[in-house]
Amino acid sequence: MDFLRDTWYLFLRLLRATARMPVFVLISVVQPILWVVLFGQLFGAVARLPGFGAGSYVQYLAPGISIMTALFGAAYSGLGLLGDIERGVLDRLLATPASRGALIASRILHSSLQVCIQAGIILAVAALLGARPHGGLPGLAGLLLAAALLGAAFAAFSNALALLARRQELIIAVMNFIVLPTTFLSTMMMSVHLMPGWIRGAARFNPVNWAVVAARDGFEGRAPGELAVRLGLLALFALACALLATSAFGRYRRSM
Amino acid sequence: MIPGPPAIEATDLRKTYVGRARKAAGAVEALAGVSFSVRPGEVFALLGPNGAGKSTTIRILTTLSAPTSGRARVAGFDVVDQPREVRRRIGYVAQASGVDPTATGRENLLLQGRLFRLPTPALRRRVEELLALFALTDAADRAAQTYSGGMKRRLDVAMGLVHQPEVLFLDEPTTGLDPESRAVMWREVRRLAEGGLTLLLTTHYLEEADQLAQRLAIVDRGKVVAEGTPDELKARFGRTSLDEVYLTATGHAYRAEGA
Repeated sequence: MDFLRDTWYLFLRLLRATARMPVFVLISVVQPILWVVLFGQLFGAVARLPGFGAGSYVQYLAPGISIMTALFGAAYSGLGLLGDIERGVLDRLLATPASRGALIASRILHSSLQVCIQAGIILAVAALLGARPHGGLPGLAGLLLAAALLGAAFAAFSNALALLARRQELIIAVMNFIVLPTTFLSTMMMSVHLMPGWIRGAARFNPVNWAVVAARDGFEGRAPGELAVRLGLLALFALACALLATSAFGRYRRSM
Repeated sequence: MIPGPPAIEATDLRKTYVGRARKAAGAVEALAGVSFSVRPGEVFALLGPNGAGKSTTIRILTTLSAPTSGRARVAGFDVVDQPREVRRRIGYVAQASGVDPTATGRENLLLQGRLFRLPTPALRRRVEELLALFALTDAADRAAQTYSGGMKRRLDVAMGLVHQPEVLFLDEPTTGLDPESRAVMWREVRRLAEGGLTLLLTTHYLEEADQLAQRLAIVDRGKVVAEGTPDELKARFGRTSLDEVYLTATGHAYRAEGA
């Protein structure tokens, strides 16, 4: 109970801080719209390649961009925690009876919410451009869950990095190093049928690709069994990252 | 002085850091056996130069850091074995403020009270009371980052008091404050002491320890080199000012802030 209560109040604090940065909110809203429009226009011809296997590129892109935004939004969550460490906020919180787990959980929750809102915006814009969610509401729920779980995992990983490295440059460098390759080793923008064999092989083990495929299956309303399996895998991945963050937190406290 | 068990009891606290960054230099001994005790209702000062081990001692007593060896009890509970019981009963005002700069003064206080699980109506009353007490009512709904240094420090102290702790730790409460804000802080500390709160403060200002503390310990290189009331220490070392006591006890010239 204390864990949930503390998570809630700490989450509200983060939400409030975000809401007080109107420029940040504006960019968070405009950016996903830009992605859909830009990628849709730039790579639109890709969908007409023989063997791509999708009707329109926007239809193909919408779930992929939802996941990409989740990835980019959550990857830098650790920077906020680092700010708290440097300002002494984390120590002040640690000297209260606040649940230790809630300090990390509130940040993961915050990232997941941001991810879901951005995915919602992307889907709305994609719908205006002609994309149709054939999976209906359950399919959309699956898509959002995939995005939220991947966002949670990357937020947790980023927070672990903040606790271990305690350097802004290092968090940014490591996350950049991970985010772009995992994006391109997936079917986010390119059909699996047109990928080189080795990328197809690598994508199979890439959690980002699990999320992309799950989101697309949800959007298209197909393969509910596979969708459930991938959501399960993503949940395990998020759990593993959360455990990593928890142990990094323990290490941070012992190093004091 | 109120009799009874001590509010703080530190016994031979030692702390050795073997951080990654310091591997080349080997282990760093921050505390080499610190012992002292503070009676309930007392204002006790840890006095010493930068790097003497004052903050490390406070971090151990507030459960933020574990001692390498030694024991400490705060408000009747062991800091290593019963950290949750300790945290419930203490207020901690760190050197690095710890205020959330984007939140208002009131929001900072409310969140702090929530984390101590105060019931909402009592918390709201308490927050208004503290805002008034620390002359922050007019600024209560402004983001803390717009506060002056003195206001920020008063908010820090108010946050440490929101749950009415038994023991309050103030780590260098006046460092970096202008003389006027320092005078205000001294007045607050005296008022808190009159209310019966046990206070442990660290300072590297001799005058501050002399003015505020009933008893003090001089800490140097991770050890307590002298302990007593300001007058006792002056008598014991045959000196007339705490400055001279300090020089005699530590055997080196007083190092100014930043040295």
